[in-house]
Amino acid sequence: MTYLDHAATTPVLPEVLAAMTEQLGRVGNASSLHASGRAARRTAEQARERLAAALGARPSEVLFTGGGTESDNLAVKGIFWARREADPQRRRIVTSPVEHHAVLDSVEWLAKHDGAEVTWLAVEPSGRVTPGALREALGDGTDVALASVMWANNEIGTVSDLAALAAVAHEAGVPLHTDAVQAVGQVPVDFGASGVDALTMTGHKLGGPMGAGALLLRRDASCMPLLHGGGQERDVRSGTLDVAAIVGLAVAADVAVAGREDRAERLAGLRDRLVAGVVRQVPDVQLNGAPLDDVLAGGPGRLPGNAHLSFPGAEGDALLMLLDAREVECSTGSACSAGVARPSHVLLGVGADADRARSSLRFTLGTTSTDADVDALLDVIAPVVERARRAGMSRS
Amino acid sequence: MRVLAAMSGGVDSAVAAALAVDAGHDVTGVHLALSPDRQTLRSGARGCCSVEDAHDARRVADELGIPFYVWDLAERFTADVVDDFVAEYAAGRTPNPCLRCNEKIKFSAVLDRARALGFDAVVTGHHARLADGVLRRSVDAAKDQSYVLAVLTPEQLAGAVFPLGGMTKERVRAIAAERGFAVATKADSHDICFIPDGDTRGFLTRRLGEQPGPLVDAATGETVGEHSGAYGFTVGQRRGLGVSVGDQRPRYVLGIEPVSRTVTIGTADLAGVSEVRTGAPTWTGAAPRLPLRAQVQLRAHGAPVPCAVDATGDGGLAIALDTEQRGVAPGQSAVLYLPDAERGDRVLGQGPVTR
Ligand SMILES: Cc1ncc(COP(=O)(O)O)c(C=O)c1O
Repeated sequence: MTYLDHAATTPVLPEVLAAMTEQLGRVGNASSLHASGRAARRTAEQARERLAAALGARPSEVLFTGGGTESDNLAVKGIFWARREADPQRRRIVTSPVEHHAVLDSVEWLAKHDGAEVTWLAVEPSGRVTPGALREALGDGTDVALASVMWANNEIGTVSDLAALAAVAHEAGVPLHTDAVQAVGQVPVDFGASGVDALTMTGHKLGGPMGAGALLLRRDASCMPLLHGGGQERDVRSGTLDVAAIVGLAVAADVAVAGREDRAERLAGLRDRLVAGVVRQVPDVQLNGAPLDDVLAGGPGRLPGNAHLSFPGAEGDALLMLLDAREVECSTGSACSAGVARPSHVLLGVGADADRARSSLRFTLGTTSTDADVDALLDVIAPVVERARRAGMSRS
Repeated sequence: MRVLAAMSGGVDSAVAAALAVDAGHDVTGVHLALSPDRQTLRSGARGCCSVEDAHDARRVADELGIPFYVWDLAERFTADVVDDFVAEYAAGRTPNPCLRCNEKIKFSAVLDRARALGFDAVVTGHHARLADGVLRRSVDAAKDQSYVLAVLTPEQLAGAVFPLGGMTKERVRAIAAERGFAVATKADSHDICFIPDGDTRGFLTRRLGEQPGPLVDAATGETVGEHSGAYGFTVGQRRGLGVSVGDQRPRYVLGIEPVSRTVTIGTADLAGVSEVRTGAPTWTGAAPRLPLRAQVQLRAHGAPVPCAVDATGDGGLAIALDTEQRGVAPGQSAVLYLPDAERGDRVLGQGPVTR
């Protein structure tokens, strides 16, 4: 099996598995006052400190959640509600059309049910949001509840300069949320230095468990809760802490961030070889997103393990199925719940036409990726593309 | 063989896929997403295209350990089946959308794509026997679906596998239950999957708008009532005419004239026909030599009628019925069978009824 879908999820790191297994064997609710409770609390708080240190945050800025989707929902809705309550004029949300659905659908839900107005940011053809575009969309900022711009795109891997964007948002007095699910462990992410007000991260994209994530939220950012109850996380998020998952999350983030530079270099090398190999065999293949060697504020402008390619005349669905049958696993982008592939909103959002969007595949490399994985893809890609082209584009 | 199992989410296609796996084929499951608006079908939909159906199909595929994908054929289905259905009614005819779907979607769009992708055949849960290229009725007469497959050509049948034709529906459900498929007790799908509430007239009214016209009694030529759309009628229909004519004898729809929107009705003695004409026929095998004696079935669940078949001058068929039939509706297929009690009646082919 050749797993080239690390942006979907990653294999759990052995260190994470060991730490979680150990914790799962212990009793204790972190909110209890007796010795077992205190032990659980101590473990959870150590994890909070470890996660905070890995991401340049203070421990009190870490809110544990049930993953990236929850963190995005909490940030978008909670900050919107809090800011509008403080000043009813603030009803506008500024965001980009290439966000993950956890952000997009939260924004659209607020627009449909709660009086929000949306200003869609212009994105560059690479998928990047520039400070200029944000400045223009914010205006004087008085009617804006929040802005949300992802750190790195989950489909095409384009990175934006969040520090520069945060500076622009703050000039206009607007808090900025960023979905950094794909960025953490891939590019340098320092919450404090970036200046962003809220940051989403999740465990299962960096070798941690599924269903465990965090929202990093500055102390001075106000955010209303989605989940009411025991008030465990700064009264912004309730629910008994899942200590084992939190431990796994912290270990994963720590290991991923510590090894980031070496891994990034290795993965970029593999990725470049993958793209060059595909181009050699399928000369008219098109690369989506930023150039492979793009740089931004001293870091990579494109996620090192991301290759997103369109194969003109072939359908992504057909390519995926044919590769799957040859034990190469990749993705066509975000599938909707019914499994019906719609042309990716990200590609359409950066100005690609529907055919280019539908003919695309995403290959994403991670910790376990090797030269052999790249070779396995290069061994089969030419006949697969040829076959898919014979089947044609069913709807063009 | 490498086969593609079309999995609707119902019990038949689930068992068909399982039997294909048992037979040693390399099976890939595909659910066809046919409704352009999947949200609207989420609530209460029964048929072949709701989100729940896709889930049910995926569950079975996962249990079988076969790859599973959803193919979005909504645009093709809308154009070739739904729009065709509406246009046929608008033209005063009575279409069969399942037959059209087999002809244009399952054994055309899907089969072509499957072949291009390296598959040898498409497996479906249709109740019909197919061996050595010969299509026959199912052993389960009540569930037989050979009528809606009669439009397939030899080339299409060469790429079809129907594992269920040799067993009853009861047996299919028993196999599903033995294997623990959650769909074992799922209700059968209704007639028209894209009209989940079963209200065909309401569906057509939404698509075509109200188109009032006269109801004319054939015997007197008099207008005896008004209707709100000729598309709400089918030749042979007796119920729901909304008129009562002086002598109180039951009336049947005899004909529909779409331009003047005239629906002609008449008594039973006028409703029978002894000869049916069709447009150009299609054959499931080599074209038979005409004239010939056969049986003809004139609608999906109709009884077969002995007949003599001959060619007409314009490329169609003239089918002389041994006994008069009521309710021969233009747009339906006249499906020809050669009776064979032992191996199952053999499907020769079909022609679209013109009158
Ligand atoms: C950019 C981005 N945001 C949010 C999510 C959702 O995270 P989770 O799967 O933890 O809910 C994902 C992963 O699918 C993602 O890639």
